[in-house]
Amino acid sequence: MKRFLKSINVHELLRPLGQLIFFSLGSTVVLSAIALVLALILDRTVVGQTLFERLNVSLYTYTLVNLPQVAIDGLTIGFVYAAIALGYTMVYGVLEFINFAHSEIFAVGAFVGVEILIALDKFGILTGASLVMAYVYLILAIVGGMLAAGALAVAVERVAYRPLRHASRLVPLISAIGVSFLLQDVIRLVESLTTGQFNRIFPTFGNFDRRVILGKMTMGATNITLGVSYKSIIVIVSAVLMLVALNYLVNATKIGKAIRAVAQDHPTASLMGIDVNRIISLTFLVGGMLGGAAGVLYALKFTRIDAFVGFFPGLKAFTAAVLGGIGNMTGALLGGIVLGMLETFAGSYMGVFTMGAAGTEYKDIFAFSILILVLIFRPQGLMGANVAQKA
Amino acid sequence: MSLLSLHDIHSYYGHIHALKGISLDVNEGEIVTLIGSNGAGKSTTLRTISGLIHPKQGRIMFGGKDISQIKPHTIVLAGLGHVPEGRGIFPKLTVKENLEMGAFTVDDPNEIELRMEYGFELFPRLKERISQYGGTLSGGEQQMLAIARGLMMNPRLLMLDEPSMGLAPLLVELIFDIIKALNDKGTTILLVEQNALMALSIAHRGYVIQNGEIVVTDTAANLKRNEMVQKAYLGID
Repeated sequence: MKRFLKSINVHELLRPLGQLIFFSLGSTVVLSAIALVLALILDRTVVGQTLFERLNVSLYTYTLVNLPQVAIDGLTIGFVYAAIALGYTMVYGVLEFINFAHSEIFAVGAFVGVEILIALDKFGILTGASLVMAYVYLILAIVGGMLAAGALAVAVERVAYRPLRHASRLVPLISAIGVSFLLQDVIRLVESLTTGQFNRIFPTFGNFDRRVILGKMTMGATNITLGVSYKSIIVIVSAVLMLVALNYLVNATKIGKAIRAVAQDHPTASLMGIDVNRIISLTFLVGGMLGGAAGVLYALKFTRIDAFVGFFPGLKAFTAAVLGGIGNMTGALLGGIVLGMLETFAGSYMGVFTMGAAGTEYKDIFAFSILILVLIFRPQGLMGANVAQKA
Repeated sequence: MSLLSLHDIHSYYGHIHALKGISLDVNEGEIVTLIGSNGAGKSTTLRTISGLIHPKQGRIMFGGKDISQIKPHTIVLAGLGHVPEGRGIFPKLTVKENLEMGAFTVDDPNEIELRMEYGFELFPRLKERISQYGGTLSGGEQQMLAIARGLMMNPRLLMLDEPSMGLAPLLVELIFDIIKALNDKGTTILLVEQNALMALSIAHRGYVIQNGEIVVTDTAANLKRNEMVQKAYLGID
């Protein structure tokens, strides 16, 4: 045991943790500053007056008071994006192609997790569960979703990508899109045959919906409580744990070095005695497990899932991976957090800043504008030196 | 009995018939060189032996086992090391990690440590660069790393593909001295070279390959005196 503890590379545990904190704080500070400056400017215009008439509070104060909530929400979704984005970026690392079926891997993870909980609920296990048991069941659901999604990802690679390994680059991409549609319909088919329902709802249990109250304040006529829901804390903590564990696996273990070796050079890796196909399967397994866990966490946060639940998160995580530099794992973390934050800030403040002309429903514009801008001006992404070297 | 023997090997690159019936033998303890010009099939021969390409026809025996249709990572386990053309350094792994990958099939950490020390003894420069990325090394250092990495698996047969490529003459001599020293210590070597003069100066025997076929084979000393070899590969008229 002592030797085992000694063999742990503490640096490789702390480094990603530091990166995550840095990325989170950095994007919070930058986006908050932008929001506050915008609020200050708009305060003197008709935008500020309108808000003042409505809530009896200045636009600046309104923005400031809402900041903590917005930042927490942004981080929550940002970490979910980061966990999904890692699946895209790892597969891109070893095979140089975009696994467009990854969004459905995510969806399957969400469905398996939610179905486990619904089944438990049916037997009445969830309603009377103590707090500890509630968390045990939640972990059970997450692990179930991870295993199912991981196994599915490995199977998809084996069946739909490996036979096309030496085909031209477009061919596996098309295959991936095909798999994506296929899996969507398989989920629908299974759900309609077994439950007959299109939507599945994450059961209410435990204390996940309650909030940790951080403070109360009055804003004009209304009282505001500042708080973080347990859901958000769970999502953030589990995502951080997974991301740190993944980083450790890839950077500090023999298997992780083999993954990186395969990503850099297939033939030479095989000359080292590395079974390239096994490493590729392993990459899909790990990426799929992360995606599956992200799916369950997403369901926990947003409650309702359907067969198409993977589409938007998948597309946004893909955007996040491109933003960070596809193939680069640190980039995926950065991209996911930045995108989640930006989207949440935009979604929260756009309504007030435009006097209701453009509200939350337009937040997706930001994600996809970023995708377009990055592809035009910095196709290698923010941290994507890896790709530039490969090309 | 020979350690490695190729019998009538035919390999293809797509539709190109790259090897047209190669037969060669490497005996335990020898340095055998395979010389020939660009595109003659030297690298293809090595790639076929190590399983990166499977021959369409013919038999490859290594240590008494037919390895002609086995995957490369399994062939490594049998004790065959291949330092590929262009060195094949992992650019985004450090020198240490590159060496660790060379010992991927070795489980004993002490053994790995010992072999790494041995590599640093051969190439002290690598020790200075231990935590640097492979991609930031100079060409000579990369070649040293490639050889040291090839030795990490402690191969019975080490195949070297153009170790002199792109190196300054002094470095080439250093590398060839080390190849000779490795052989003295008992490693069997199959050396592919365009620099025929250097290769024949350390090899026991040689094969000359042209257009995917072996045209001459003899002892190194005799090949050096062979008129055709002198004309085509040694620059002597």
